[in-house]
Amino acid sequence: MNTVELTGVSRWYGNVVAVNDVTLSIGPGLTGLLGPNGAGKTTVLHLMAGLLAPSQGEVRVSGEPAWRNPAMYRNLGLVTERESVPGFLTAWEFVLASAKLHKLPDPAAAARAALDVVELRDAQDRRISTYSKGMRQRSRVAAALVHDPAVLLLDEPFNGMDPRQRMHMMDLLDSMAGEGRTIVFSSHILEEVEQLSGTVQVIVAGRLAASGDYRHIRRLMTNRPHVFTIASSDDRALATALIGEESVSGVSVTAGGLQVHASDYGTFTRAVAKLAKARAIRLTSILPSDESLEKVFSYLVTT
Amino acid sequence: MNPTIMRLTARALLGRRRVLLLLPMPIVLIGLTLLGVASEDEYVTAGDWGPLVFGNLGLAVILPLTALIVGSSALGLEIDDGTITHLLTKPLPRGEIILSKLTVAWLVTTAATAVPLAVAALIAGSGALAVGMVVGAAVGSLAYSALFLALSVMSKRPVAVGLVYIVLWENLLVSFVDGARVFSIRQHAGALADAIGDTPLVDSSLTVLTAVLMAAAFATLGTYAATRRLRSFALTGEAN
Repeated sequence: MNTVELTGVSRWYGNVVAVNDVTLSIGPGLTGLLGPNGAGKTTVLHLMAGLLAPSQGEVRVSGEPAWRNPAMYRNLGLVTERESVPGFLTAWEFVLASAKLHKLPDPAAAARAALDVVELRDAQDRRISTYSKGMRQRSRVAAALVHDPAVLLLDEPFNGMDPRQRMHMMDLLDSMAGEGRTIVFSSHILEEVEQLSGTVQVIVAGRLAASGDYRHIRRLMTNRPHVFTIASSDDRALATALIGEESVSGVSVTAGGLQVHASDYGTFTRAVAKLAKARAIRLTSILPSDESLEKVFSYLVTT
Repeated sequence: MNPTIMRLTARALLGRRRVLLLLPMPIVLIGLTLLGVASEDEYVTAGDWGPLVFGNLGLAVILPLTALIVGSSALGLEIDDGTITHLLTKPLPRGEIILSKLTVAWLVTTAATAVPLAVAALIAGSGALAVGMVVGAAVGSLAYSALFLALSVMSKRPVAVGLVYIVLWENLLVSFVDGARVFSIRQHAGALADAIGDTPLVDSSLTVLTAVLMAAAFATLGTYAATRRLRSFALTGEAN
C-alpha cells in the first residue's frame, strides 16, 4: 500500500504552468525523478508531500489525499532541497524533536536508530551549524526517517555531495528501498544516478516525458547521437576511415579539424581510437560538442 | 499545545541576536520615568508627564513594537528560512502549532513589556498602576501577538503590515476618527491599566468591557485566521 499516485495533476502559478497533466503511480522500491533544472521536479515532490495544492487533479499517498491532511505524515518523510536546518540545535536535539513531534512512544530510541542509519552518532552532540554540507543533509535524512515512514521523498539528495558521500547516500537509499519502502528522489544529473537501479520518471517542462526501467533509459543515453570535433595528424585519411563506420552518420572537414556526427555515442567512442591506430593516424584531440542536459533529456523524450 | 514546539520556539526566539532589539526600549522607559519623577514640583504634576511616558511611549510604542518583533518572528522566521517544512511535515493539527507559537510569543512579549512597565509604575509611586500595567500589557500582548502571528502566516511582509497598523491606525487615525480607537489594541491595554491603576499617570476613553471584548476578539480572530491559513499553507519561492 506504500504508493504515491498522481492522477491528471497540474499545477500552475499565474500564467506559468509548472506541472502539466502528470499521471504516475510509484510503488515500493527506488524511483528517480529526473529532469533538467526548472522542469518541475520540486513542484512534483512538494505536491506529493502535501505542501502544495494541485491546481487540477489528485495526489494520493498510500490511498490518502496528500493536500490538507497532516495525518498522512505518519507514513511519509520529506527531505527538501533547500538546505534548511535549525543550526542552533545539535543533530541529536533536532532528530529527537522530530521524534517527539511525531508523538512516537519512545522518541529517544527512534532518534538513536535514525542517527545510526545515517552514521551520525559520533557527531550528534555538535551544533548543526558546525556541520559540513553532507552531514547536514544526513541530519535532515535522519529527521525525515525517525518515524520509520513507508514513503520517503528526497529532493536533490546528492546535490553538493562529494563522490564518497554520494556513494554512501546511494547505498542508504538502496538498502531502504530493499526493505520495501517507497523511495522517490529527484536529480538533474543523469550520471548521478548511474549506479542506482530501479525505475525512472523523466520530467521535462512540467510533463512526464518518459518512465521506465533505469537500464533502458541508460541505454538510450549511451546510444544517443552526438557531435565530436576531432583533430589528428591526417584529417582526410581519418575522415575516409570514419565514414565507413556504421556508428558515423556524417563527417565534414573544417579548418579546426573534423566535425563528426555519430549516431551512437557509445559505439563511436569505443571505435574511434582503434580505427586511428590501425591506420597509424595520431589523434591530437577529441572534443565532444557542448551538450546541454536539456538536449539529452529532450532526446530521451523523442525516443 | 505542544511542549516540543514551545521549547524550540523559545530557543529560536531568545537565542537570536534579534532579541537584543528588545533591550533599549525598557531602559529608555525607566530613564524617562526617573526624569519625570524628578521634574515634579508645584507646577509640573504627574498628570503632565505620566500619560506621555506610560501612554505615548510605554503602551503606544514599546508594547506594540515588542509584540511585532516577537510575534512576527515566532513562526515568521521559520517561514523565511524554510525550516517550516520540518514542522509542516509532522502529523500535527495546525491549530496545535499556532496555539503553541502564540503562547510563546505572548509570554515573551508580556515578560519583555510588563516587567519594565511595572517597574516604571513603582518608581512613579503607584502600586495599583503597576498591577494595571501588568494586566494591560498581558492582555495587549495577547491581542497583538495573535494579530502579528496571523500576519506572519498571511503576508510576506508581516513587519511592514504590522507597522502600518501601529503607525497609521493606532497613532494617526485614532487621533482623527474617534471610533477607530475601538479597534486599537493599544487603547484596550490602556483602558485596563487606567481602570486598575486609577491614577492621573494614564488616561483612556474606552470602557473596560469594550476593551476586554475587543482584545478577546483580536486574539480569537488572529488565532483562527492563522490556523486556517496554515492548514493550506503552500510552499512558495523555491518551486521550480
